[in-house]
Amino acid sequence: MTEELKIDGPTQARPEDAHAQGVLSREAARPDGPLKVSGRAAYAAEYLPEGAAHGVLVRAPGRGKVRLANRAEVEAMQGVLCVLHDDRMVRNAAQGTANEAPVQGVEWAEYVGQPVALVVAETPEQASHAAARLRVEAGGSKGAVTPGEGEVTDEDVTTSETGDFEAAMREGAQTLDATYTTPSHVSAAMEPHAAIAEWKDGCLTLHSALQMLKFNRNEIADCVGVDPGNVRVLAPYVGGGFGSKLGISAEAVAAALAARDLGRPVRVVQTRRQVFEVNTRRSETRQRIRLAADRDGRLTGLGHDALASNLPGEDFAEPVLQASHFSYAAPNRRLRQSAERLFRPASGSVRAPGEAVGVTMFEIAMDELAESCGIDPVEFRLRNIPETDPERDVPFSSHMLAECLTEGSHRFGWADRPAATRQRQEGEWWIGTGMAAAFRVNLLMEAEARVRLSPEGVVVETDMTDIGTGTYSILTQIAAERLGHPPDRCEVRLGDTDFPPGSGAGGSVGAASTGTAVWLACTEIRRQLAEAMGCSEADLTLKDGRATCGNRSLDIAEVIGDGPLEGHGHLQPGKALKKVRQSTFGAHFAEVAVSDVTGEVRVRRLAGTYAAGRILNPRTARSQCHGGLTWGIGMALTEALEHDRRDGHAVNRDFAEYHLPVNADVPDLDVEFVEERDDWAGPMQAKGIGELSICGSGAAIINAIHHACGVRVRDLPATPDRVLAGLA
Amino acid sequence: MKVTLNVNGASHWLDLDTRVTLLDALRDHLKLTGTKKGCDHGQCGACTVIAGGRRINSCLSLAALHDGDEITTVEGLSDDELSDLQSAFVAHDGMQCGYCTPGQICSALGMLGELSEGWPSHVSETLDGPVRPTREEIAERMSGNLCRCSCYPGINAAILETAEGS
Ligand code: FES
Ligand code: FES
Repeated sequence: MTEELKIDGPTQARPEDAHAQGVLSREAARPDGPLKVSGRAAYAAEYLPEGAAHGVLVRAPGRGKVRLANRAEVEAMQGVLCVLHDDRMVRNAAQGTANEAPVQGVEWAEYVGQPVALVVAETPEQASHAAARLRVEAGGSKGAVTPGEGEVTDEDVTTSETGDFEAAMREGAQTLDATYTTPSHVSAAMEPHAAIAEWKDGCLTLHSALQMLKFNRNEIADCVGVDPGNVRVLAPYVGGGFGSKLGISAEAVAAALAARDLGRPVRVVQTRRQVFEVNTRRSETRQRIRLAADRDGRLTGLGHDALASNLPGEDFAEPVLQASHFSYAAPNRRLRQSAERLFRPASGSVRAPGEAVGVTMFEIAMDELAESCGIDPVEFRLRNIPETDPERDVPFSSHMLAECLTEGSHRFGWADRPAATRQRQEGEWWIGTGMAAAFRVNLLMEAEARVRLSPEGVVVETDMTDIGTGTYSILTQIAAERLGHPPDRCEVRLGDTDFPPGSGAGGSVGAASTGTAVWLACTEIRRQLAEAMGCSEADLTLKDGRATCGNRSLDIAEVIGDGPLEGHGHLQPGKALKKVRQSTFGAHFAEVAVSDVTGEVRVRRLAGTYAAGRILNPRTARSQCHGGLTWGIGMALTEALEHDRRDGHAVNRDFAEYHLPVNADVPDLDVEFVEERDDWAGPMQAKGIGELSICGSGAAIINAIHHACGVRVRDLPATPDRVLAGLA
Repeated sequence: MKVTLNVNGASHWLDLDTRVTLLDALRDHLKLTGTKKGCDHGQCGACTVIAGGRRINSCLSLAALHDGDEITTVEGLSDDELSDLQSAFVAHDGMQCGYCTPGQICSALGMLGELSEGWPSHVSETLDGPVRPTREEIAERMSGNLCRCSCYPGINAAILETAEGS
């Protein structure tokens, strides 16, 4: 039996309040924590079987027809087993939820850095050495690599228009027309993409660093031409993903092909520099934002025109406008998104695709207009909160922006802020504060999970992954709460396609989607227990391994009898999101110091107040918000993947040159959750939290720079040279 | 070539290609995969181990250079019970994906040793006084260990608590 749920409308009941175990929505340590701190959690590259061979990918040095100039010579090198140059190898990682092979082929390189061969040898040292000797010739083909110069076809443009936008711009009491740019960003998860492929009797077992296994299984099967039923993908621990591991990537496909050819297991780990160019980057964006406000500071016109890029054949375009459709009220609106074809490494989802750069730049524009209206930035946003979705005639499922702004500004001490810029100086440092709102659409995805209850305890199984998001923790808590067990008697098994297909980790959907599937599976078990006890599920109380119904109380083991009870949960997103607009909300506040001498910016304080429905584990949720806030620091101040102007290649493709925020760049972070229950989010009333804090935190910093020293940065990141140019 | 590595108190005799890094010797040859490889170029700190009492990036060092050396990896920090520092990392949620975590922990151990020996850093007030384990000192000295999940608040809290407790 399967407990099915399609979310077509609100769930008003608050069944969780009847639960007795008291572990859900409470602070809890990760059950996987002890394994991770002792080095016992094993990641993809660490399942090295006996007799494995080692492969190293080789990149194309130019765009154009590919030729391996000295293949035979390399194949004769010590330890070399083969040089794979197979047209089923992939050009770049598959897009998230692609569910099929990405563009394949090695005869032609579409971008500089495309992997076009795999050198396999007995040892990693032999393979690296031989890979470095392989001479790949590719080039001669010109193609646009600079933003603004790529081809844009009609299919790559979407527009939506409401009211008379041009008139609003003409007649506004205050208007803004400014263009902002963001550079390419990379996920830069600490675990490089890695795969170990092993074939047995025509079946492939693949250990790989991936986020969405049910899709990844179909992708790899399609790449190598086998039935997905003959493929098992495992990823019980993944060293971060942030979008870069959504789809199957080059190392996994090459490993699978080589392992089949050689008849032995093959491990391929991308080098750090390969990670930067083979897996999808966040596209650079150019955003023209036009705003008009009346005398009272109410928006009358809202325009957002965004340009992003991708390689030909990729249908993903950074959805920059995702939140602009509903973030603020304005009767006259023009939104336009286009994607151009550039021959840079492929772009795709990086943490909070769309809002991360869209909300951030829009919130800078809002700060600029608030200033010209002479209205406090918090107040300006409060005045422009829409009653209903401003473009579709539907209500919000729940709208918590005002609460976040009010609570957040109170907590930060915003009231003491002088309105004017350049008011506070400490030695060479200008001090200022800034704020920005946060928006991130909330999504659910189909998910399944299986739960077994036996006298030994509870076991949860799903192919869902925990990429650091806290999935082990919250699924443990959900099962423990629903089935009345202490968490240490619940075991969660993840990351194996032999288990029922979860949602996968991405787009902040995991907790709510797969969590609800676990919830449903437990509902089925609760019903079986209630039946055995002769009562209804609603009257059943489960706590510490005991089942109570009215005045009957039994050990759950006694109720179960011989066999374990099994429940299977299946969640499908229904029509709910057609009927309402659903989002998560937040408010960011930052204090920065800007050096008058060097233009260096230091973040002194950074705070976020968020509403994301029911918070399942404040500790792991807070950690994810720390992550997003820190990414906001990186986006605002240091992160930019630079492309060579001649051939588009990623220049600064390692940690020495692409600057992630390090420990000393990050101040103590203040994260607060506003109590919210969103009835449209299913029985748990929980929404996604993994990405919200990168949606606008960078803008709070940029706005604080302006407040501190009067310099307005419109091109990210705000490196010292850019700030200094404004200070001069 | 033949190399003896004394890892976590046990001696291992290995016959290695001279190009094998200490990191790969640990991970691939001794199956001590707790030490992670994030970049292989000394840029991330995921591979930090304690060699001869000092924290080092094991990806930047050839195994052959450590013949006879005492090496401590994350696996050597606890047996059945976690060490105080490890427990503090769990309690303060000083990890998310966990990939940088063993490196953070080994680095923190080495760093606390440097602190207690009075090594100054960029943020120390004096060059020759005793140095206290403040938040600033810890953040400064742990900045060679990247964490893309950005668990720095939890990492610092865990290290601070451990330093204060000892
Ligand atoms: S793996 Fe050694 S510093 Fe990154
Ligand atoms: S915990 Fe993921 S990189 Fe630090």
